[in-house]
Amino acid sequence: MNFEIFIQHLFNGVSLGSLYALIAIGYTMVYGILRLINFAHGDIFMIGIYTAFYGSVFTPLPWWMVFIFSILFTGIFGVILEKAVYKPLRKSPRISILISAIGASFLLENLAIVVCGGRPKAFPIPDMFNKVFYLGNVSVVSLTFYIPVITLITLLGLLYFINKTKTGMAMRAVSKDYEAASLMGIDVNKIISITFFIGSSLACTGGLMWGLKFPQITPLIGVMPGLKCFIAAVVGGIGNITGAVIGGFILGLGEIMLVAFLPALTGYRDAFAFVLLIVILLIKPTGIMGKNLTEKV
Amino acid sequence: MKKIYVSLILVVSMLSSLFLAGCSVKEKEEEAQNVDENVIRIGVFEPMTGASAAGGEMTVEGIKLANEMFGDVLGKKVELVIVDNKSDKVEAANAASRLIEKNKVSAIIGSYGSSLSMAAGDLVKSAKVPAVGCSPTNPLVTLNNDYYFRVCFIDPFQGTVMANYAFNELKAKKAAIIQDVTQDYSVGLSKYFVDSFKELTGDKNSIVGMTSYNTGDQDFTAQLTNIKQTNPDVIFAPGNYGESALLIKQARSLGIDVPILGGDTWEAPEFIDIGKEAVEGAVFSTHFTSEASVTDLSRKFMDAYKEKYNKEPNTFAALGFDDYLVILDSIKRANSSDSQKIRDAIAQTKDFEGATGYITLDENGDAVKSAIIKKVKDGKFSYLDTIQPK
Repeated sequence: MNFEIFIQHLFNGVSLGSLYALIAIGYTMVYGILRLINFAHGDIFMIGIYTAFYGSVFTPLPWWMVFIFSILFTGIFGVILEKAVYKPLRKSPRISILISAIGASFLLENLAIVVCGGRPKAFPIPDMFNKVFYLGNVSVVSLTFYIPVITLITLLGLLYFINKTKTGMAMRAVSKDYEAASLMGIDVNKIISITFFIGSSLACTGGLMWGLKFPQITPLIGVMPGLKCFIAAVVGGIGNITGAVIGGFILGLGEIMLVAFLPALTGYRDAFAFVLLIVILLIKPTGIMGKNLTEKV
Repeated sequence: MKKIYVSLILVVSMLSSLFLAGCSVKEKEEEAQNVDENVIRIGVFEPMTGASAAGGEMTVEGIKLANEMFGDVLGKKVELVIVDNKSDKVEAANAASRLIEKNKVSAIIGSYGSSLSMAAGDLVKSAKVPAVGCSPTNPLVTLNNDYYFRVCFIDPFQGTVMANYAFNELKAKKAAIIQDVTQDYSVGLSKYFVDSFKELTGDKNSIVGMTSYNTGDQDFTAQLTNIKQTNPDVIFAPGNYGESALLIKQARSLGIDVPILGGDTWEAPEFIDIGKEAVEGAVFSTHFTSEASVTDLSRKFMDAYKEKYNKEPNTFAALGFDDYLVILDSIKRANSSDSQKIRDAIAQTKDFEGATGYITLDENGDAVKSAIIKKVKDGKFSYLDTIQPK
């Protein structure tokens, strides 16, 4: 392997890793605040992609307006989903909410099959994301530059929001204790809705980038990214936003480098993610950036 | 913690008992329906969702059309029982056993996808219900199975056709293979291409690169970067239309500009929708073309298809159409709706006039037919050549 090829692999890895990171941020944030593993995250991601798809096919709006609309719509969708399937169970054991999340995930997937059909659709790509640049023999699609930037902006924005703003402080308070937070005058329902709004909007942002990179959309498009990003979140330390980004990059780069250095193991690319999950759970169950929390489950 | 486990187990066992009870009631209801003697049921199991959804849907369109045009046999109405096998091997086996055990079908049509058909292979064999595949091309589908037939050619032929095209038309000396390891179709077709290409070039090292992926993968950049280093003259990448379109798109943006060849699965409108200008020039072999139709029935099929669905006819609809007619013809010749008699009649199918050509089944139950080569040109599948079987 010469240097150019290595750089090409590196770009491929960064491109994939930053995408995983972007989706994992939303996953981990919802967990961090609510201690709820939202298994429907991948399906909210799918709803976001389909909204953008139908928006750009059936309306004459420019793509950026469609994207903004889908991000807002998906956010609101997430809030409604929380009110419908998680809120009634808020006082139940955590395992009930977990099962409810899995149920919601199946419901959304099958609903999408009925409404949108099982055949894949082609996601429309605006030209600016599809340009190819050549650095010597290394080729890079313009999208590869945008995704890490968006991921970084999201990360910094979210860190600022959670740590420096009043709403962020309220979110942190809710994450520690619902009841104590509400005694302090925090509207817990509102905070949870905000959390879901942000989490779902992030899922949609990740989904849009995913659609631009892999323009084949199906009702089950969210399943694999959902799993991979869950792993990325666990590897980074679930609940920790910076950790999710690190986990995403480890996963993306790892997958690409596995194929690059050990071509014989190409067929085991997906297995890499799951092996990584098992190894992390054995060695450091709290993940790379995770703190030791008292187990609530 | 323990309490949770105990309650979980209780919940699961309660739910499953409910479910089982529900099933047995349903079965009784369906058995009651089966008494109707004036209907012959033909089961269809095709992928309507999942990675092969487009292929399954096109096939079912053809089957439905045939059922509409020729809906009676032996004075009885033919009823189609269509189930979705979800492009999944386990679901395919479930779908087939449902058709056999619950719906008591006389014969089965399906499935698009060799792996899906093979998943039902043992079931139809032990239940002695004949199955006729529309487009599973892997030889193992019918091999050593007296109850599985097909109305299409098989991969040893298809692989040879594409290897010949690469060697004779493209003057390629070095080829690289990218295969979907979860699809028997892709692995088998790749193998026959490799064998044939090595023989044509007379060079054991003419396959310079070989790599793989799984159905459902979206990112192929790592594999493609590895292939790029080997500088092939041509790339053979049979696989599902969706994955293949993404793969070609990524190959082009990585600066790989050699011709990319594939197999019959590429003929789906989604292949062009997803791949857009990247798939221009992609060449593949298939079963049917409206440009060079062969029989009177071809014309009838094309007119009826255009009228019913208001779009251009395609290979898989034509194969579904033929599949249904072969079974219908066999029921007529067997003069019975008994599965065993239908099987014997299917095995004797000879020079049957279908929309895709004349169908004669050989001793393995495979049709011997010519292959069509098509190329993507200006966003359309355009006809290049017809290759006769040896």
